[in-house]
Amino acid sequence: MEKFTVLNGLVAPLDRANVDTDQIIPKQYLASIKRTGFAGGLFADWRKDPGFVLNQPRYKGAQILLARKNFGCGSSREHAPWALIDYGFRSVIAPSYADIFFNNSYKNGLLPVVLTEAEVDRLFHECNAFPGFRLVIDLERQSVASTDGALVMRFEIDPFRKYCLVNGLDEIGLTLRHADKIREFEARRKAQYPWYF
Amino acid sequence: MPQTLYDKLWNSHVVHVETDGTALLYIDRHLVHEVTSAQAYEGLRAAGRKPWRVESVVATADHNTPTTHWEEGLAGVRDPFAKLQIETLDANIRQFGAKVYFPYLDRQQGIVHVIGPEQGATLPGMTVVCGDSHTSTHGAFACLAHGIGTSEVEHVLATQCLVTKKMKNLRINVEGPLGRGVTAKDIVLAIIGRIGTAGATGYAIEFAGAAIRSLSMEGRMTVCNMAIEAGARAGMVAVDEVTIEYLRGRKFAPSGALWDQAVAYWRTLVSDPGAKFDREVPINAREIKPHVTWGTSPEMVVTVDDAVPDPDRENDAQRREAMERALSYMGLKPRTPITDIAIDKVFIGSCTNSRIEDLRAAAAVVRGRRVASNVKLALVVPGSGLVKQQAEREGLDRIFRDAGFEWREPGCSMCLGMNPDRLSAGERCASTSNRNFEGRQGPGGRTHLVSPVMAAAAAIAGHFVDIRRWS
Repeated sequence: MEKFTVLNGLVAPLDRANVDTDQIIPKQYLASIKRTGFAGGLFADWRKDPGFVLNQPRYKGAQILLARKNFGCGSSREHAPWALIDYGFRSVIAPSYADIFFNNSYKNGLLPVVLTEAEVDRLFHECNAFPGFRLVIDLERQSVASTDGALVMRFEIDPFRKYCLVNGLDEIGLTLRHADKIREFEARRKAQYPWYF
Repeated sequence: MPQTLYDKLWNSHVVHVETDGTALLYIDRHLVHEVTSAQAYEGLRAAGRKPWRVESVVATADHNTPTTHWEEGLAGVRDPFAKLQIETLDANIRQFGAKVYFPYLDRQQGIVHVIGPEQGATLPGMTVVCGDSHTSTHGAFACLAHGIGTSEVEHVLATQCLVTKKMKNLRINVEGPLGRGVTAKDIVLAIIGRIGTAGATGYAIEFAGAAIRSLSMEGRMTVCNMAIEAGARAGMVAVDEVTIEYLRGRKFAPSGALWDQAVAYWRTLVSDPGAKFDREVPINAREIKPHVTWGTSPEMVVTVDDAVPDPDRENDAQRREAMERALSYMGLKPRTPITDIAIDKVFIGSCTNSRIEDLRAAAAVVRGRRVASNVKLALVVPGSGLVKQQAEREGLDRIFRDAGFEWREPGCSMCLGMNPDRLSAGERCASTSNRNFEGRQGPGGRTHLVSPVMAAAAAIAGHFVDIRRWS
């Protein structure tokens, strides 16, 4: 997994609440046995509209997606973060996320930043007002700032998730450090509740 | 200290906890299907890893499998990408193994959330995961069951554990008797309408109360299935006699002395009196009517005797805009009575409503009648091979066929339209599935979520009807 430290990226505003993973990547693009190659499927139905945000030249090359509440609801398909990453996004900023999408993002080095509704409102305003609006996301300092430093917002993140992202760690490798504990637990469970094995 | 059912399930599976509360949770049952597993097995291969406990894996192909042309074998899968996913799962199970595998065309194949319980592979007290958000279905058996992403599929295969944090406790008490024509589907749609599609994000839901107790296991599965549509990864129901009777004699359920031991333990899988919930929501079952969604999110739902809502009466600008967008997508005018909405297609199936009881209820409505002439296609897709065979023994297939329905092979089918069963742009469908998102059943397709009896009645009438007035 690619490390995530500091990202200075162009921001694309997607001004809709409850964006579901069926929209992020419609099912006709799920027919693959690989983790890459999903960029063409990202928001495929909405991209048919020439006015859609990702079709506007000013947002070409955006790495940060600004969104509204409950982003990523619905299907558990990990193709949603894969498609966002494949397209070039490294971070999403929204007031809230659906749980499964939130988890899936971390596993792939896509940082889902949570800011308050008021802060997100402010960013939508800035983004619409200033073409070329960029933000600097500093994961180590847990901050989102405008490039001139005039605007600084803080965000929270689980220490463990932060550690994995900053170091680009393989979570399976980390878990297998506890292999002995897993084996002990399993042996105990098997003795107590044999019908599950 | 008194514990909730969720507390008990959580506590009995924690292997290790980090200082920030991140835990390693032991997984008993891992359900695998063709669309979200290929990349996970590929990851195992690339890292030279093996599954930790092959016996935990139950696998099937269901998401993209055709529901016709089974007589042609694999050649009947016309979509080359779907075929590749099915063959890749075959190869992965051959290489890595499973407790049991129900491949495409097997007589016991079916929707992963239907076959787990019917095989007795889902048991109370288990942790159950699957790369599918509707894994919450299995919570009906007092399991901690939820959907995971493909990276987590790989992680569970390699370590038998999930890295996760404890959720909060939410209890939804559905009290009182259900009215005639009101089903488990209407209970859960009413709940989603009340708390919203993100209403339970971060929570595990326990569904409780007399109305839930009165449901069969099939009905409880329908309710838990759509917990995710209220934002909760997991929904669950405590063990009672209904749970135990359902499991008795199932293929992978314990038997003999082990059965007695297991049942004694399972009876403890209830929330203790006085257990603390972070939040409780009371619902009066008497007030629940048949529900129909009108928009592009399951929370956009009204009762059948109501009308399409009017965005002009919504004060919140963001909400109003979402309603206007939904109405435009759905091709509906504000204030149209729900029963005036005509439909083009009907889909009875999906992990929400494709079990034997669902098919019996729908068949009772259509018996001796004909599908309306404006309905281009009415599909019944049984949830599994076993459901299909049972229905055929009871003659339900004849009832549906005589009425003009198509009787298909099992699979996820038109719930998500990854196989050839889809809506065309602009087509309107009465569907017993779980998501009415834009394009879910086919690009441009318009989905109205309803119960099996409401879908069956709509097929006959050609438009939505109030099943309470059906005779």
